[in-house]
Amino acid sequence: MTNHALHRPIDALAVGEVALIAAIDRAGLDPGTAQRLCELGFDEGVDVEILHRAPFGGDPLAVRVGNMVVALRRDMARLIEVEP
Amino acid sequence: MNAPVSITRQPVVALVGNPNAGKTSLFNALTGSRQKVGNYPGVTVERKAGRLALPDGRTAELIDLPGTYSLSPRSPDEAVTRDAIFGRIAGERPLDAVVAVVDATNLRNHLRFVLELKALGLPLVVALNMIDLAARDGIGIDSARLGALLDLPVVETVAVRRRGLEALGAALASRIGDTPPALPQERPSDVRALQKQARQLAATVQTSTGSARAWSQRIDAVVLQPLAGPLLLAAVLFFMFQAVFSWAEAPMGWIEAGVAALQVELAAALPEGWFLSLLNDGVLAGVGAVVVFLPQILILFLFIITLEQTGYMTRAAFLMDRLMARVGLNGRAFIPLLSSFACAVPGIMATRTIDSPRDRLTTILIAPLMTCSARLPVYAVVIGAFIPARDVGPFGLQGLVLFALYLAGILGALVAAFALRRTVTKGAAPPFLMEMPKYQWPALRDVGLGLYGRATAFLQRAGTIILASTVVLWAMASWPQPPVGGTKPPIEYSLAGKIGSALEPIFAPIGFNKEIVIALVPGMAAREVAVSALGTVYALNDVSEDNAGSLIERLRSAWPLPTALAFLAWFVFAPQCISTLAITRRETASWRWPIFMFSYLFAAAYVAAGVTYHLAVAAGL
Repeated sequence: MTNHALHRPIDALAVGEVALIAAIDRAGLDPGTAQRLCELGFDEGVDVEILHRAPFGGDPLAVRVGNMVVALRRDMARLIEVEP
Repeated sequence: MNAPVSITRQPVVALVGNPNAGKTSLFNALTGSRQKVGNYPGVTVERKAGRLALPDGRTAELIDLPGTYSLSPRSPDEAVTRDAIFGRIAGERPLDAVVAVVDATNLRNHLRFVLELKALGLPLVVALNMIDLAARDGIGIDSARLGALLDLPVVETVAVRRRGLEALGAALASRIGDTPPALPQERPSDVRALQKQARQLAATVQTSTGSARAWSQRIDAVVLQPLAGPLLLAAVLFFMFQAVFSWAEAPMGWIEAGVAALQVELAAALPEGWFLSLLNDGVLAGVGAVVVFLPQILILFLFIITLEQTGYMTRAAFLMDRLMARVGLNGRAFIPLLSSFACAVPGIMATRTIDSPRDRLTTILIAPLMTCSARLPVYAVVIGAFIPARDVGPFGLQGLVLFALYLAGILGALVAAFALRRTVTKGAAPPFLMEMPKYQWPALRDVGLGLYGRATAFLQRAGTIILASTVVLWAMASWPQPPVGGTKPPIEYSLAGKIGSALEPIFAPIGFNKEIVIALVPGMAAREVAVSALGTVYALNDVSEDNAGSLIERLRSAWPLPTALAFLAWFVFAPQCISTLAITRRETASWRWPIFMFSYLFAAAYVAAGVTYHLAVAAGL
């Protein structure tokens, strides 16, 4: 977990707002999931953008990461922090 | 054999790549219809192999390995790919070469897997697929430079247009030696370092970045819109079910007529006796009763395969995830459950894409609660006999009852999933992570070959498991034969009849009479067989189209209304289908889960029928 006060989780991004990944809380994930997240392109310094929030409560999210779009739930999105 | 191995040996080449890289399209383009679909030993992952003619005259066996993001598997499918690469699958020859299929529009993610594969030291060729889509999106790629930097042959391909196939074959031929390469060793790879390397590599070889996915984003703006999205999904599903039932009607009639004609032919050609009865009442009646669902299954899969290929299915999973999460499943369970409305067997097979074992098991266990088309004949007869054909507001009462039965199945499945995830399949819900690929036009060849694969798999099962079980049940319903001068219907003297009579006390409290219980025994083969069994029990020789009316008359006089309603409630949950239990045994690799499935569905059906019966009696129906 980073202590950088200015970081926000990607969950807090508005739809269409582009930001760079600052930190991923890999300790909060099981190793397999942390690896899959990386395989799908989530890594520090990569650009992300929330494209859609699902109906009925805004969960899950469709996140563009690089050229890929990945659906993930908000509890995982909270573990990925972006630069302000 | 004295001949050198190198002359007789057929090299083995595997296609490996990320999901959505166009691997299966490339496989179909390279092998055409010369494919063999089987299973890997022990697991139920499909093994797809075909013949690939190399330009130097050799012929290789081409294997389409399941798509995976890396050599660290998260599902049974992905484990097969890893094991095949490391030569660990019994009965499989080690690979001579690998084709890494890469989506040119998503270079940086797919190149990471190429780097991981390259580190293994196997002869490797990179197929830079969908290069046309990259060009359309304005992404320029210097493939010669990519090849030089990777030190690997890189071939630009467009699988759906059959472009680059010869160059790919030539590149492969040059990499396949006379002796197979040494088996690669598995060692841990640093995925983040590889990912970083891949990103740099992609940035170096891309001459322009373009606007990837502009089209997909425009479509998603509608498809995933909070209001329009769910409405569109509902419309798609509604149209699909309409099509499944209305388009299939005619071909189902032809199959029924064909089976009936065959039975008449046989009856004319063969002397009356047990052999004729085995063929007509056992084999043809039983297998025919299942094969008749082939048109519905094909139409359903036509929709499912097309929706999958366009990329819409992942959007449906995205929209449904929230609802699924409430009962402890995830959006991926949506597609198998949808298939189960035609038949639970293909639905259960489709659960292979679910990466969490617990989610997958839960989905398998609730799949039989989706009202499969085999229940329809049963519903049709009982509703026709007992539910008056009058209107309630703008709707017909009979249709409303049918709809209520479908709804009861869905609600039952949700409740069962909720309960199962808190008991037998308890455990943390694995994180939901799903790639949403770009939209694509479905390729006719890929849809056709996919459909062909489903049809042959279904017919093979009908020809083996279902044939065997119907013959056994036919024998049980035919022997012992009635004594001379016996007055009761012959089935009552048979083993099935005796089992039914013995079980009667168990079912009496829920309002089932002996005739129903006897009919449930042969109904184990396939649910709809219960209808013809009822016909047999009520001493009708044949329940075909023309005398189905008489069965309805007979039931109306023989059953009180509460019994009929209880019978309907029973069939919402009824576990009677040998094929479903057999496929569950295969997919879970143990007898434990089919036995559990049978028991819990039996209990649910018993309670539902009992409650219905006693409520109906109390209400004075």
